[in-house]
Amino acid sequence: MDFNRINEKLSILADAAKYDVSCSSSGSKRQNKNNGLGNSSGMGICHSYTEDGRCVSLLKILLTNHCIFDCAYCVTRKSNDIKRAAFKVQEVVDLTINFYRRNYIEGLFLSSGIFKNADYTMERLIAVAKKLREEENFNGYIHLKSIPGASDELMREAGLYADRLSVNIEIPTEKGLKLLAPEKNRKDFIKPMEKVKNEIIQYKNEKKLLKKVPLYAPAGQSTQMIVGASGESDAEIMYTSAFFYKSFNLKRVYYSGYVPISHDNRLPSIGTAVPLLRENRLYQTDWLLRFYGFDVRELLNTEYPNLESDIDPKLSWALRNLDQFPVDINKADMRMLLRVPGLGVKSVHKIIAARRYRKLNWENLKSIGTALNRAKYFITCDSRIFEGKDRTAAQLKGLIMNSSGSKFRKELSTQLNLFDNQSLQPT
Amino acid sequence: MKTILIYDGSFDGLLSAIFYVFEFKLTNVCIKKREHSQQNFFDAEEVIITDKIKATRVWKGLSKKLSARGRQKIYKAFLSEIPTIETAILHFIKRTFSSEVPIENDYSDPSILEIDKVAKKVDREKHRMDAFVRFKLTKDDIYFASIEPDFNVLPLNADHFKKRYADQKWLLYDVKRKYGVYYDLKNVQTVKLEISSNTNNTSNASTYFTLDEINFQQLWGIYFKNSNIPSRKNMRLHIKHIPKRYWKYLPEKKF
Repeated sequence: MDFNRINEKLSILADAAKYDVSCSSSGSKRQNKNNGLGNSSGMGICHSYTEDGRCVSLLKILLTNHCIFDCAYCVTRKSNDIKRAAFKVQEVVDLTINFYRRNYIEGLFLSSGIFKNADYTMERLIAVAKKLREEENFNGYIHLKSIPGASDELMREAGLYADRLSVNIEIPTEKGLKLLAPEKNRKDFIKPMEKVKNEIIQYKNEKKLLKKVPLYAPAGQSTQMIVGASGESDAEIMYTSAFFYKSFNLKRVYYSGYVPISHDNRLPSIGTAVPLLRENRLYQTDWLLRFYGFDVRELLNTEYPNLESDIDPKLSWALRNLDQFPVDINKADMRMLLRVPGLGVKSVHKIIAARRYRKLNWENLKSIGTALNRAKYFITCDSRIFEGKDRTAAQLKGLIMNSSGSKFRKELSTQLNLFDNQSLQPT
Repeated sequence: MKTILIYDGSFDGLLSAIFYVFEFKLTNVCIKKREHSQQNFFDAEEVIITDKIKATRVWKGLSKKLSARGRQKIYKAFLSEIPTIETAILHFIKRTFSSEVPIENDYSDPSILEIDKVAKKVDREKHRMDAFVRFKLTKDDIYFASIEPDFNVLPLNADHFKKRYADQKWLLYDVKRKYGVYYDLKNVQTVKLEISSNTNNTSNASTYFTLDEINFQQLWGIYFKNSNIPSRKNMRLHIKHIPKRYWKYLPEKKF
């Protein structure tokens, strides 16, 4: 291996791949076989974290950053003047195996700029995965990008080697897509997604009847949307997200705050802050949909098209629906417990397990680990002391915000700074 | 008068001590590791001899009343090496045997909640080791890694690495507790050995490790640097995820 050349390629192609936020390495069922290398049957592992606090679990690279498209939001767009590079298939295989053997990574996340056409690109991605599985007996995690517009036969083959497949729809609305990536259309994104969904359903059906069916994308599909690039509302984003979860059985939708990379006037200019807080609120909403039994229409609708930035979406929902509270911790069903602000899925399970032995009081709830500073206004328990319920939503919000510190407090503050941090730095 | 039972620090030793408690129906009792024991004028001391048969009897008895998860919790709590954990374990086991129904989820009992929390801490440390172990290929073709976990989690990690690296020889070495687990392509065994601390030094890396090894560490460093997005910098979160005490074993934090 020529390490100098690889060094340079790796720095270019890792840099180009970093805007894809998917990092999960869990949910696969692939076990080590024939004393080969690797095992991805357990939980995902984050092997490291970069200085932006994001996890590194996979070797996330592009096969090449040559691309025939010119999407405004993308660093590797055709018109961008950057260094271009391309890996050989064998180079990616060697890197993956050697990183994996040293326990740096859980596997490979391979994406690519589109060169020649969709099918040609998809074939090259599959070639890497195939080589890893068949020649190296590699059982680690492989995440392949489905290239928009790739043919059904190729998508079928990809799923036989990959654990997860994903297509990034990137722009939540069709209107935005037309503006920023006029050469692409929604249908091309949906086609491979549809095929993979059907293959997974077929795999599950066959699995019921036959003993040995080759694994097909055991960790399912995911997608990603850029937030804050084309002026869409939170409701538009989450409705799109809910639609994709429902119609394509997606495992995950990722939200990526737009990092300005271009002087294009259709987009936020370079130097604009990445909308981290908004991204955070969208993820919270996503969790409420997937694990807390909420319907997207309860959280976002024509009356409330955007999430509140100063409080989390569950608290925000609770304050709009005070008639459903307080909830008796010792009697309420799981569905309602999950809706109490300050109770997470784990606390709810603990409460349900513990209340079989005795009625729970404030002391018990505290030691279980519930966030009582929020929860106490919405629950009663085995105690005669409880917060009166004759407060208005605005009063409650004030009380809760006073008693809790948010890591985003600086961004939330409406007070103007006398000294701007940046202007103090020597130029 | 309180009885203090001194055991040798092994899990079988602890179970033998618990057997002793039940055998002599002791009520005012406290179990301690040999290294933590201090002579005390008022309390009676009893040295427990580790007895595999008695230990197995306690463990088998537990498996009739307690789920596999519950037994794992006890074992994990034991691995934490927290000086007072034996008392909580004894309470947990006593309640298990005296109750008709399983009690492992009664989180309103402080000792049961403590076992649960400590087991979770140990689990988290185990998981961190799964993540932060970095193997280096030595000139003898063994993938070697030294670690320094807060708790004694090596016995929990061995199985994970055996499944994952079935086709390579590896040695995981606990610097703090001075023992390791070694996989020879067939079995994992515990090895006691003294390894000089300078294996983790960059300056004499070439004495122990292959040239490719140093190149791959560098590649990994480059990858790590280039996958960072500077405009999203968040050092607080970074350090929360990788506490500084682990940095010296991570090649990507050395460049």
